[in-house]
Amino acid sequence: MSTFEFPPSIKSRPVWGTLEARPGKHHLMIADAAGAAAILGIATPDLMANTHIIYIPRGADHADALRALTPAQFYEGPSYAAAESRIQRVLQDAHMGLQVYLTGTEGLMGQARHLAMQAGIPHTAIQTEHRGSVARRMQCVHCKGITEDVETDPFVCSHCGLNLFVRDHYSRRLAAYQGVCIDAEDPGNIPEAKGIYE
Amino acid sequence: MSGAEKIKVRVTDIVPLNELVTRFRFEPVDGGLLPTFSGGAHTVVEMRDGDITRMNPYSLMSDPFDRSAYTISVRRDDEGRGGSKFMHSSVNVGDEMVLSNPVNLFSLDLRAKKHLMIAGGIGITPFLAQIKQLDRAHGNWELHYACRSEALGSYVDYLTTTHPNDVHVYYDDQNQAIDLDTLLDGQPLGTHIYVCGPKGMIDWVRGKAEEMGWPREAVHYEEFLAPQPGKPFEVKLAISNKVIQVGEQESLLEAIERAGVDAPYLCRGGACGQCETDVVEADGDIHHRDHWLEDDEKASNTKIMPCVSRFEGKTLVLDR
Repeated sequence: MSTFEFPPSIKSRPVWGTLEARPGKHHLMIADAAGAAAILGIATPDLMANTHIIYIPRGADHADALRALTPAQFYEGPSYAAAESRIQRVLQDAHMGLQVYLTGTEGLMGQARHLAMQAGIPHTAIQTEHRGSVARRMQCVHCKGITEDVETDPFVCSHCGLNLFVRDHYSRRLAAYQGVCIDAEDPGNIPEAKGIYE
Repeated sequence: MSGAEKIKVRVTDIVPLNELVTRFRFEPVDGGLLPTFSGGAHTVVEMRDGDITRMNPYSLMSDPFDRSAYTISVRRDDEGRGGSKFMHSSVNVGDEMVLSNPVNLFSLDLRAKKHLMIAGGIGITPFLAQIKQLDRAHGNWELHYACRSEALGSYVDYLTTTHPNDVHVYYDDQNQAIDLDTLLDGQPLGTHIYVCGPKGMIDWVRGKAEEMGWPREAVHYEEFLAPQPGKPFEVKLAISNKVIQVGEQESLLEAIERAGVDAPYLCRGGACGQCETDVVEADGDIHHRDHWLEDDEKASNTKIMPCVSRFEGKTLVLDR
């Protein structure tokens, strides 16, 4: 079990929950890496009979365990970006009574939640559970480029090269935290990078 | 002064629709424009009936963008405390009355991909305004309207003529009923339900939607409770240091107002939560009738909604 207790923070910071099986006509479960364990934790044969699992292993070794649950549909993809058009299509054809379960990294949950919200599901009705890496999906507020899987603070924007301070300020629309230039006043004066929660 | 801002209006038209329902049109006395509103809003109508002032909420049913007049439809309730009977028998064209600014506790969620409206009886009124609003925005909606009989089906002709493909009518006396299981099954993602009608209908729709996995946030409902008459009781108001008597035919809120104490309110129907009042001491039973307080709050007897709830017992002291 890889669970992480996020320290208390500003209101903007997302609060992830714990998955529970809820009544519904259909169930869409989207997970990456260690998120597989959260699905295994709530899976029952009845639930799986109406469940579509979309799983992105990212090097983890849980796909067979999920497949063994014999969900109604199972998809394993190489990356979130590769799975995105499938998720969009599933939501486009879905009906009310669909339950959405997201689990794994914050980047995966945030992006999939944004799609589900756009499809018309109230964000408070989308279940989430954080598992695995605490790396963040960051948006550079200067160039607007997104840097995935940021583990240190500060970090270098993968688009414009600025040194960015990792904020807890989060955007549901972008599914990203905000990164702000840390040495704007005094270029070159950059604190040593350390883990985000260290 | 509590409640929403007041507007002086004149009654300019009274149209009986059927044996139970009459429509009233109000235009501003000063000849100006009324505030615009959003579909689902209500106004609180002040009724001066001799010594008694009643303030009853009614859904606005006119076009929300028509600022020249408001219209409401009032169903006569012979068992009630007399507000609707007063409207039916004592109000005449040309009378001046006072309305509150519109307040909306039943607004459309404009993020919805589709609006599924379910009306029972006089519960049709807020939908008339919502439909006008949605038509302007080219919104996606459908209405399922249950009424007792053709004779009592207010606005059925108007609705089925203007929107033949979107309006579905069910008559109780012809054994027609909304097939809720089928209706809720297969609605596109992003559909929101709106239900207005008798309590039984609201509970039925909410229960079925929950069972089928609809999110709570996608199910909207409005049920105005008229304050019910009950045994007279005595209340002490701790802050104003007054002891007041609540009569058989008046609500606790009306009795507080009659004593000259300014108490907050908005809907006067147990829905909005504005009048929530702390109970300092209660030796007896509070008859909670609102649907604002949570069950545990009701059981604890530490809060009361004076617009609809009553008390029976020895002592009730309120923080007012």
